[in-house]
Amino acid sequence: MSKARTSLARTGAVHFALIAYTLIALFPVFLTIANSFKSRNAIFREPLAIPTPETFSLIGYQTVLKQGDFIGYFQNSVIVTVVSIALVLLFGAMAAFALSEYRFRGNTLMGLYLALGIMIPIRLGTVAILQGMVASNLVNTLTALILVYTAQGLPLAVFILSEFMRTVSDDLKNAGRIDGLSEYAIFFRLVLPLVRPAMATVAVFTMIPIWNDLWFPLILAPAEPTKTITLGSQIFIGQFVTNWNAVLSALSLAIFPVLVLYVIFSRQLIRGITAGAVK
Amino acid sequence: MDEIALKRPRRWHILVFLTPALVIYTAVMILPLIETLRQSFFNTVDGEYTFVGLGNFTVLFGDPRWASDFWNALRNNVVFFLIHMAVQNPIGIALAAMLSVPKLRFNAFYRTAIFLPTLLSFVIVGFIWKLILSPIWGVAPYLMDLVGLKWLFAPWLGRPDSALIAVSLISVWQYIGIPMMLIYAALLNIPDEVIEAAELDGITGWSQFWKIKLPLILPAIGIVSILTFVGNFNAFDLIYTVQGALAGPDGSTDILGTLLYRTFFGFQLQLGDRSMGATIATVMFLIILAGVSLYLFVIQRRMRRYQF
Repeated sequence: MSKARTSLARTGAVHFALIAYTLIALFPVFLTIANSFKSRNAIFREPLAIPTPETFSLIGYQTVLKQGDFIGYFQNSVIVTVVSIALVLLFGAMAAFALSEYRFRGNTLMGLYLALGIMIPIRLGTVAILQGMVASNLVNTLTALILVYTAQGLPLAVFILSEFMRTVSDDLKNAGRIDGLSEYAIFFRLVLPLVRPAMATVAVFTMIPIWNDLWFPLILAPAEPTKTITLGSQIFIGQFVTNWNAVLSALSLAIFPVLVLYVIFSRQLIRGITAGAVK
Repeated sequence: MDEIALKRPRRWHILVFLTPALVIYTAVMILPLIETLRQSFFNTVDGEYTFVGLGNFTVLFGDPRWASDFWNALRNNVVFFLIHMAVQNPIGIALAAMLSVPKLRFNAFYRTAIFLPTLLSFVIVGFIWKLILSPIWGVAPYLMDLVGLKWLFAPWLGRPDSALIAVSLISVWQYIGIPMMLIYAALLNIPDEVIEAAELDGITGWSQFWKIKLPLILPAIGIVSILTFVGNFNAFDLIYTVQGALAGPDGSTDILGTLLYRTFFGFQLQLGDRSMGATIATVMFLIILAGVSLYLFVIQRRMRRYQF
């Protein structure tokens, strides 16, 4: 009896603590979105109130959409992120297959070489990366960003995918070989479909740092036509610091795609982490 | 001869599978990294680009124009890291421990909500907190008033003595999801038999956590620590959005990443300096390499791994 009561009290305490922290985590996001729909006076008079019919206003969003080329920035971000992820997944899976499937001289060394990039951040090579991009005329192109992000994403992708590919049954692949499938067909038609869950995990892990990066867009592609949404909103908000409606609306617009992606991928992401993709 | 050739045909497909990844990774990551390290030994002397040995490093560590900025950035970076280790990881462990209570309701909701800030970009996080902590808007003083702590409020981000702590705590708020998730995963991997055995021996509650679970999740805590280390000594974006490239007030939030950006790229009246930029990047590389090696060769080796 007393034991049941203490365990009940403990569960209550746990819920209390978790709810408290959840509020801390969500409060800033809620505050931004709620206030972005309010008139300027209401933002300052009652920052914590949710918008009511009297205080509702879209003035901030109108300013943002009139002033900034957010649709262009958004397109750039989508292009860079999608192409980089596609390249990371394709090339990463191919290299992971070579490393996990075949025994050849230098296999372990090659694996270690590719794994270096997991721990050493690519940013430290920025000085020479910029020189290389200048020399090959790639500054202020999306190609420069795609190349950098592909290189940045490959090490972790190869590492995670080769762990998963080791678990694909040899019998299946050998059966394919006996049926006369080429090594390429075995990779594309037998192995790739089987490691799809792992590919989704890699895609999510690759996507977040690319979408949110500020450093490389700032250095490699700061021109107006190639600005990404992260850099674009950074500069836009910097210019409008005193226009609170515009700032809050721009922030809400920037949160929105992340929220959508999170809703789509959150199960995959959490399963990926807890299933031991990162052991 | 023919027989050998038949047995071991050239396996071109291995090359085809490996080449694209190797080429991009080597050309865009490894070679620039090596080239950056090389350039830290060169500088322009009397208009000529020459080998200066460790000259750039002596300037960075000792020359009055550079040394005070560099040591200031390094010191701030160490404080930045220590605050993460002291606040982010213990709270992360505590949250993970609470989430792993068996049959906890709303478990998925809590995890999702607490992980959300990690996905937001630094730009969003930086500006939201700038607004919340701003004395003009008054959200922070208002909230503190509710709990009777209004007298404690100060414009933390604008004061040299508190700005670094405030920025570090914002970063902790953003990244707490990573230690929480990794340690939660490690806690889930502890087999039920171990916990049952402990319960039979009368070890429950707090002492069960300290004596049984904590030793078993030490490897995960090690990984979290090294990830924090690499991330912190490579940080730039949050400081840049909250405090600008000058990392004010008065350089009090300047860390190695912002110093590298200003040095290499130039800012306002200061011209960009490629050689010194490469030198700072090399120092950052050595710091990160030292941390990673310490982890791989000392900490991870000594840590006992339990196989179930």
